[in-house]
Amino acid sequence: MEVADLAGKIFSTWLTLVLVLILLPSAFGVSLGISELYMKILVKTLEWATLRIEKGVPKESALKNSASVGIIQRDESPMEKGLSGLRGRDFELSDVFYFSKKGLEAIVEDEVTQRFSSEELVSWNLLTRTNINFQYISPRLTVVWVLGVIVRYCVLLPLRVTLAFIGISLLVIGTTLVGQLSDGSLKNWLSELVHLTCCRICVRALSGTIHYHNKQHRPQKGGICVANHTSPIDVLILTTDGCYAMVGQVHGGLMGIIQRAMVKACPHVWFERSEMKDRHLVTKRLKEHIADKKKLPILIFPEGTCINNTSVMMFKKGSFEIGGTIHPVAIKYNPQFGDAFWNSSKYNMVSYLLRIMTSWAIVCDVWYMPSMTREEGEDAVQFANRVKSAIAVQGGLTELPWDGGLKRAKVKDTFKEEQQKNYSKMIVGNGSLNSQLN
Amino acid sequence: SEASLVRLYRRFRDLDRNKKGYLCRTDLRQIGALAVNPLGDRIIESFFTDGSYSVDFSGFVRVLAHFRPVDDEELQDPKAPEPLNSRMNKLRFAFQLYDLDRDGKISRHEMLQVLRLMVGVQVTEEQLESITDRTVQEADEDGDGAVSFLEFVKSLEKMDIEQKMSIRILK
Repeated sequence: MEVADLAGKIFSTWLTLVLVLILLPSAFGVSLGISELYMKILVKTLEWATLRIEKGVPKESALKNSASVGIIQRDESPMEKGLSGLRGRDFELSDVFYFSKKGLEAIVEDEVTQRFSSEELVSWNLLTRTNINFQYISPRLTVVWVLGVIVRYCVLLPLRVTLAFIGISLLVIGTTLVGQLSDGSLKNWLSELVHLTCCRICVRALSGTIHYHNKQHRPQKGGICVANHTSPIDVLILTTDGCYAMVGQVHGGLMGIIQRAMVKACPHVWFERSEMKDRHLVTKRLKEHIADKKKLPILIFPEGTCINNTSVMMFKKGSFEIGGTIHPVAIKYNPQFGDAFWNSSKYNMVSYLLRIMTSWAIVCDVWYMPSMTREEGEDAVQFANRVKSAIAVQGGLTELPWDGGLKRAKVKDTFKEEQQKNYSKMIVGNGSLNSQLN
Repeated sequence: SEASLVRLYRRFRDLDRNKKGYLCRTDLRQIGALAVNPLGDRIIESFFTDGSYSVDFSGFVRVLAHFRPVDDEELQDPKAPEPLNSRMNKLRFAFQLYDLDRDGKISRHEMLQVLRLMVGVQVTEEQLESITDRTVQEADEDGDGAVSFLEFVKSLEKMDIEQKMSIRILK
């Protein structure tokens, strides 16, 4: 009896604490500063750990700076230089060397496959999962690490799971309740409140610290918001600062319940799987949505798949054909505190969420950028590339022309033809001259 | 070195999509930068000796070893077999990219095929034939209309093969 009583008391005090310290401030959008304190302690600990590692490791192998640069020294010279030629060179037997070298370089390391695995860290952040290159250094470090494991799994994880649970249930209940009201400004205001509160709770559930920059460029109603995609958490991060209409497929299970509840409170655009294949239908519905200026801006991730946050891949032109104003947003996570990238071929949703909840924290920066519209004489692909460059520059990410879908599909032949064209220009340019002289 | 081997092994595992333990041709074809390389298919073929369908890690490393930069400080032990990244072996690797039927000679036809791969549809048949004829003529010394391996080596003796066919792995 006593044990049950005690357990009950502990549980209720804990719940009250959670309520007062986390839920109420979220409802009002106010922060109590607890998470800032936590972050400060975390940063100090990680700095200390890095120093210990650097002291323990001999000087020569401390060149970890190349971690994210690449494993081979690449010869980035264009085709002309690589073939030791000026224009109008003739074909030589050695030309094959250039192509074979480039080919083998690609086999050893190519830009695309890299982007689908988590970023390697420059210094260890005391999580076992990032411990690829680092070995045992000192007992003190191990003690700190064990402490870290205990804190993460026994203190933070239950807290976060509870919060997530509360957050999601509140969202479903709240939106269903709001959905009962008739359309009007009260409904919109209430649905915004519900959405924002629940998202804030969910973000606290992940110990997220988000810095928003340039809030004056926040997406307006009737526009389209595009951002680079790293994980499903992106959605949470963006909705904490403003309400968006989501676009996506109808899922079953928990996601489906959430989707259906959300649509009751404010209009989102959910598609059946069969409808997704019909591009005209998709475009039409999206156009209708933005034509209504009272509706919330649509949130779209044009990459189509999750990339590991070191680069931005090709933006699919579909989103840019709809018209309307595009509000680009750049999201960059700080990998030191937790890796947010979802490798969908390696982890399923549940294990991904568990990993997120057992990391230190999710720290990210969100930059809102001034809106862009398609200019005269610019087609959808060029516009997409322009937006992509802007986002890459702002977020400090590299830009890749490859399609994120490459991890599942084949490359287009047009790229190969371009290479062939370059080469033939070189050898035939003078070849025809030669035959004329002869 | 061992660290490079570990990195190559990780790369091998990343490329092996279905975790089969070996690589097949489709795995290599999925690499974007390789698929757009005009000689991509030939390079892929060089991994699969004797028409097999799979290459395991040691075969993978063996081909890549051809591209290891030549170490001048390495002591040349005359009795040991020639290292895979010697000049001759690098040249042999390039030679087999041309010589499809592995008969030890690059016939005019094989030269034409490789050229065709590199230029695609951009060049006419006659231009391609004249380039081929000229190249074979320049290299062919015994007048048999084909370029043997030794003739190949001779025509490239001034070329800095070591530099052109080396991939340096960063620590």
